[in-house]
Amino acid sequence: MNRSDAGSTGPAIVAHELTRRFGDFTAVDAISFTVQSGEVFGFLGANGAGKTTAIRMFTGLLAPTSGSASVAGFDVATESDRVRERIGYMSQRFSLYEDLTVRENIRLYGGIYGLDDATIRERSDVMLAELDFTPSVTSLVRSLPLGWKQKLAFSVALLHQPVVVFLDEPTGGVDPITRRQFWEMIYRAAARGTTVFVTTHYLDEAEYCDRLSIMVDGRLAALGTPAALKREYDVPSLDDVFVRLVRSPVADAG
Amino acid sequence: MTAPVVSVRGVSKRFGSTTALDAVSFEVAPGELFGIVGPDGAGKTTLFHVLTTLRVPDSGSASVLGFDVVRDLWSIRSRVGYMPGRFALYADLSVEENLGFFASVFGTTIADGLELIQPIYQQIEPFRDRKAGALSGGMKQKLALCCALVHRPELLLLDEPTTGVDAVSRREFWELLATLRESGLPIIAATPYMDEAARCDRIALMQDGRVLAIDEPAAVGTRFPRPLFAVRGKPRALLLDRLRAYPHMASAYPFGETVHFSDRRADMRVEQLRQELLVTLGTDGVSDLLVERIEAGIEDVFMELMAAPTAVAA
Amino acid sequence: MNTTPTHRTAPSSWRTLGAFMGKEVRHLLRDRQTLLILLLLPLAQLLLFGFAVRTDIRAVRVLVVAPEPDATTSALQDRFAHSGRFELLPTTSSIDSLDVLMRRGMVDVAVVLEPGLASALRSGGTPQVLVVADGSDPNTGTTMRTYATAVVRDWQQSLGAAPASVRIEPRLRMRFNPTLESVNLFVPGLIALILTMVTSLMTAISLAREKERGTFELLLVSPLRPWQIIVGKVLPYLGLAMANVITVLLAARMVFDVPMRGSAVLLLSSATLFSLVGLALGVLIAAVTSSQLAAMLAALGGTMLPNVMLSGLIFPVASMPAPMQVVSHLVPARWFIEIARGIMLKGSGLELLWPPLTILAAMLLVLLTLAIRRTSPRLA
Repeated sequence: MNRSDAGSTGPAIVAHELTRRFGDFTAVDAISFTVQSGEVFGFLGANGAGKTTAIRMFTGLLAPTSGSASVAGFDVATESDRVRERIGYMSQRFSLYEDLTVRENIRLYGGIYGLDDATIRERSDVMLAELDFTPSVTSLVRSLPLGWKQKLAFSVALLHQPVVVFLDEPTGGVDPITRRQFWEMIYRAAARGTTVFVTTHYLDEAEYCDRLSIMVDGRLAALGTPAALKREYDVPSLDDVFVRLVRSPVADAG
Repeated sequence: MTAPVVSVRGVSKRFGSTTALDAVSFEVAPGELFGIVGPDGAGKTTLFHVLTTLRVPDSGSASVLGFDVVRDLWSIRSRVGYMPGRFALYADLSVEENLGFFASVFGTTIADGLELIQPIYQQIEPFRDRKAGALSGGMKQKLALCCALVHRPELLLLDEPTTGVDAVSRREFWELLATLRESGLPIIAATPYMDEAARCDRIALMQDGRVLAIDEPAAVGTRFPRPLFAVRGKPRALLLDRLRAYPHMASAYPFGETVHFSDRRADMRVEQLRQELLVTLGTDGVSDLLVERIEAGIEDVFMELMAAPTAVAA
Repeated sequence: MNTTPTHRTAPSSWRTLGAFMGKEVRHLLRDRQTLLILLLLPLAQLLLFGFAVRTDIRAVRVLVVAPEPDATTSALQDRFAHSGRFELLPTTSSIDSLDVLMRRGMVDVAVVLEPGLASALRSGGTPQVLVVADGSDPNTGTTMRTYATAVVRDWQQSLGAAPASVRIEPRLRMRFNPTLESVNLFVPGLIALILTMVTSLMTAISLAREKERGTFELLLVSPLRPWQIIVGKVLPYLGLAMANVITVLLAARMVFDVPMRGSAVLLLSSATLFSLVGLALGVLIAAVTSSQLAAMLAALGGTMLPNVMLSGLIFPVASMPAPMQVVSHLVPARWFIEIARGIMLKGSGLELLWPPLTILAAMLLVLLTLAIRRTSPRLA
């Protein structure tokens, strides 16, 4: 673990009354929470609840309208460059370049984050060994089965040892065994000190998180450990908690 | 013995070097809600393309509503309602315009189809003048469903209708499907979500182009070849680790808060296992240990089939 | 709930087609940006080009080279100065600087008088007059020469001399506008260009977009036949194309007095035929490409580019290298420009234009057959 910046001690993510408006539509409404270093944090919510907008603010892609947020100790509005150096990102839609080989992708992302060739090689060897990566590193990403693509993409996102890694529905459409392997990779990363911020539509996966939040209509409607939330709503599963909190879309929309 | 609405016999389809469908066979009875369950790459979409006559199988044959998918494509195309995998409606047309368009293309009107789509349409009716592109994910799915139903099809084909949609919208969607099923409309729906599969009359588990099993959801669980247990304990990571390392482990997979554990010893009983684990895992530092016997679910069976397709009773 | 569908007759082809076309028209009208560009751009092009290339009105700069200036030569200069068409430059006595002046574009026409002109006249001989004009300019060059020659002849007559030989020597000169087309010749080419853009390019993109979106898949699983999808997409663009042609013709007429010497009906019918060729090409391109981007590039490269470069719009076909001239025969716009110029500028009718019209009709037949063959009712 190689953390030399001042910003790395203390919480990994802090949001304080974070707000984002588009015209007169409030996408994110004064959300506040803290994510500790090394936590696996689930960020849930219905479609259109404001999750994507919030993540864009945390990753420095969108400026807040009001309120503030810091990631890895740096303010997302004023120091977004430094934030982006220290985070990793992976989503279902965009992970690796399909028409490049595995090795080329690794070199590319390593290079983008400023790692020298020796470091890249060393870390990628370790990574591929851990993954038990059986396909060839010279095969195009396009030819890999979805499960391998996603696992590889996650590993590549960790290559530069980010403080926080943001995962946007990383296990969509993936078979149940690979899904679990993926979550084991998440646990390993968290155990090494990387904070994992993940969104998912699989509520059984939400159970794997240390803590989670549920957004409804731009506001934070729930925040806590899976067990605490189930107790609070007196229901057996997080699926039930979710249903209780998220009203029917007919009432929401428009 | 009533004729099946869909009959697929040994259908195979290849794209270049990839085998999308490998000797797939199954039948769907009238009025059935039939689920096709499997991850991406299982061949679900290709199967739908064959059933909707968009693609021709390389080998084998299939018939839909008594018509052959190769010879009688126009007879099938005018009788089925289809919802393709991605959002396939016109973003710059309004809800009502989209619906009106699909109605008129089939030679009917919204009014004619209203009775059938009413329970669904009433949820999106407040937004009838809104452009389809401006709807939320859940609303889009409902609109797509209405467009597939407005011409009163004899069979409904839904390719992953709830992908990318949140848990609440998914539930609502499947409740709507249940209502449709009450009316006697046969439905074939593909889904990667195993919990949705439980709502179907029968399901086919698919992986890598092959059908692994076909059965009623409740009966699928009985295919699991060994007794299954749910084990809880703290800390979670350690529990999983130790269970994996357990000498008699046959399978150990996390399922939310618990770990689904099966033992290689076929006649293992819960009290015995509990004792053993208390001793072994307890000394390793696992506390609050809870061991229960459970019925295997669809996901358990699916994973078992993935690992050893032939070891499961047919 | 009633489960069996009420017995209904299969929808009539026309009703289905009508429904589909209604949707296409909606798409067309709602895409305001594209619509505006398609309607206004041709007008903008017309106005820009028209005003930039009005060579007819500009005063022709004439230089009289008189080695022995006297009263007779002054009389000639006066005629030029008062003709209203010419701008008389200061006379020189030497022919040496003529080349340079012409190449530099400072002189349009030069009238060179021979030394000893006065004595030739007095002795009843024939004065030799050399008229030097820019011959690379087929239109304005001829015009200039004709005007200049007329002035010279008048002057000769007034001297009582027999009509002398006026030798005309064309000189080449580089101009910023190498084609020196007047607006009259440009308008038919502009029409061809707009029609190609609206028909081939837009149809190819529209069809490709349908495929890319996934709605195409959904459309196929319906009673809609592929021919209905194609016709339903194509007809609104034909309507748009015709609207464009009429706007450009009206604007050309009102602003630039571009003539319409032949039958407007024949012109519009030819435009329709040419549009159908473009539409067939658009459908064919969409059938063989797999994305909007590919369709657009193929349409640009395969239709717009040849139509601009090889049709005679900018570069006269006769001045192209031989292989290009051969290829030019395959470019539909070449034939349409020939037809349009014939109708508008020469008043030609069917009796003269049936060859290029037949060629266009043959092209349509071939392309249509290919397009229909390549459009499958299935995905693969």
